[in-house]
Amino acid sequence: MEPFIFAMIVAATPLLFAALGELVAERSGVLNLGVEGMMLLGAVAAFAVTFSTGSSAMGIAAGAAAGAAAAALFALVALGFTANQAASGLALTIFGTGASGLIGQGYVGKTVTPLPPVVPAENLPDSPIARAVLGHDAMVYGALALAVLVWFYINYTRSGLKLRAIGDDAESANAVGLKVLRSRFAAVLFGGACAGLGGAYLSLAYTPLWGENMTAGRGWIALALVVFAGWGPMRLIFGAYLFAAASLSQFYGETLGLSIPSQFLAMTPYLATIIALVVISAAGARRAAPTMLGRPFRPDR
Amino acid sequence: MRLERRTAPSMLFAVLSPLLAVALTIGAGLALMAVMGKDPVKVLEVYFLSPFADAYSRSELMVKAIPLALIGSGLALAFRAGVFNIGAPGQYTLGAIFAGGVALFVPEAYAGLWLLPLCMVAGVIGGMLWGWIPAILRIRAGANEILVSLMLTYVAALLLDWLVRGPWNDPLGRGFPKSASFPEEALMPILLPGTRLHWGLPLAVIVAFALWYVLYHTRRGFSVRTMGMAPLAAKFAGFSEAKTITWVMLVSGGLAGLAGAVEVTSTIQQLQPDISAGYGFTAIIVAFLGRLNPIGALIAAVALAVTYIGGENAQILLKLPKNVSFLFQGMLLFFLLACDTLVHYRLRLRSRAGA
Repeated sequence: MEPFIFAMIVAATPLLFAALGELVAERSGVLNLGVEGMMLLGAVAAFAVTFSTGSSAMGIAAGAAAGAAAAALFALVALGFTANQAASGLALTIFGTGASGLIGQGYVGKTVTPLPPVVPAENLPDSPIARAVLGHDAMVYGALALAVLVWFYINYTRSGLKLRAIGDDAESANAVGLKVLRSRFAAVLFGGACAGLGGAYLSLAYTPLWGENMTAGRGWIALALVVFAGWGPMRLIFGAYLFAAASLSQFYGETLGLSIPSQFLAMTPYLATIIALVVISAAGARRAAPTMLGRPFRPDR
Repeated sequence: MRLERRTAPSMLFAVLSPLLAVALTIGAGLALMAVMGKDPVKVLEVYFLSPFADAYSRSELMVKAIPLALIGSGLALAFRAGVFNIGAPGQYTLGAIFAGGVALFVPEAYAGLWLLPLCMVAGVIGGMLWGWIPAILRIRAGANEILVSLMLTYVAALLLDWLVRGPWNDPLGRGFPKSASFPEEALMPILLPGTRLHWGLPLAVIVAFALWYVLYHTRRGFSVRTMGMAPLAAKFAGFSEAKTITWVMLVSGGLAGLAGAVEVTSTIQQLQPDISAGYGFTAIIVAFLGRLNPIGALIAAVALAVTYIGGENAQILLKLPKNVSFLFQGMLLFFLLACDTLVHYRLRLRSRAGA
């Protein structure tokens, strides 16, 4: 059981990073389907910089920067040129898949030292459960701290309130003098940086190596997760751990006494998302979704 | 610099935008390659010119364009209605599974000329089923069709993976994850001897023209176009939103399924875990590049097929990774979306003081 818990916490971390970023972007009314692409670019940038400088801190920063840069490209088209957000996001995912493959070409098969645990193993308590929970690297706890920060920001700060207002009614927000496009741009950039961090975690801690398409659909899971969590950062933590557990059950199925083909276990996060979508939408909780989600805003109207 | 709304959409830019986007993609792509230390002239030659260089390359270009055109023309219809079906990869996979099931399990003694058409019908049904699920969930529960259709893509891929490793695995395949080869009767006949070009080409052309007719010359097509342009007006005109959503999801899903059926009965000739080559996503670009017009999608499919053949050649000759095709595809969609803004807006350069 303890190895499962340890693996679940590790698998949840990239999902949590990416989903937190997407949540902030969506709260501002922007649907960015480019998460998968931003994660890949973050992963390759983080790996390349860590490999050449030997500093994982630099690598993590590079991952965030690459994610944000990719998001800026999306923002330019979707916000600057008021293009269809879904199509722009897809363009970003396709672009990110290709660009990361090109950048990472020279790094395939190389490896870096994985991120060290915050508390060295010899200082941990003997209880296996405590070891499974406390024996992780800084990014694992960083993701949790980020979730709390985002929760606080959205619910208890002036700026967070403005962000929600822009996501729910951009026209009115604009009318009372809020800078709609500027805020959305910032939210999208933050989302990109977070997706980049999620990617960086994959290539620096999870594997730690670079491979084409190494995100393997996690960006899409992160998008689903935001809906699953009803756009709430704290529920996102719960959702990320749940989805991670579901995706791991294919590897731990036998140990846990499950005798169904691994492919069906691997389907569970996707099916769970569909069910959650249906339940949330049918229960009329659509009010939880930012009203302006996916709708472009043109300031001159 | 700011955008200013035009009083009427610019016809000039509607036509010019895809050409401009292609030109910008090639330019920016080559510049990027130069930065990466590759010879841009060589890249241009291998990537964009070699797919047209000889008769065999041109036939291969058509082979790749067939599934792209089938899926893309269906997606053009769905996007016209404002229904964002991005689950075409899954619908394609289901089509392949259904067609493969028919090809593999009709006893050889009964197989006849009708087997291939039956595979096609099965493929359409499989794709329709996978397109119908997001439609019904959106109508009944309000679930977002983008996310549902996308999740189903992963479910379909895992289903295929299970089938070819488990129950449908070739008993003589020495454990490789693939099914037995399809019988002769289930294979798409070759159109041009000496090439792989098959009868999917006329099929794709017929489908595109049929969809064009439906979209512009029938009541159903009118309801699709109205719903996309003015959902409220469509409602007042008495068009049922639920019916239109279901219809476009069934058509676009069914055609993606048909593409899957065509692909496994022509170039692949068996079922295996990887059958799609990313056609389902690339077809989204095909639909946009083709101006959301089924016949436009036919032309755009050839343009996108270049990225596949060029990508394969670049992999061999320039040692570029296979995914580089996606780099060009992503850039193309970005440029296209940005250029399309100029259909409705004009760029105005002016100083802050004047604003």
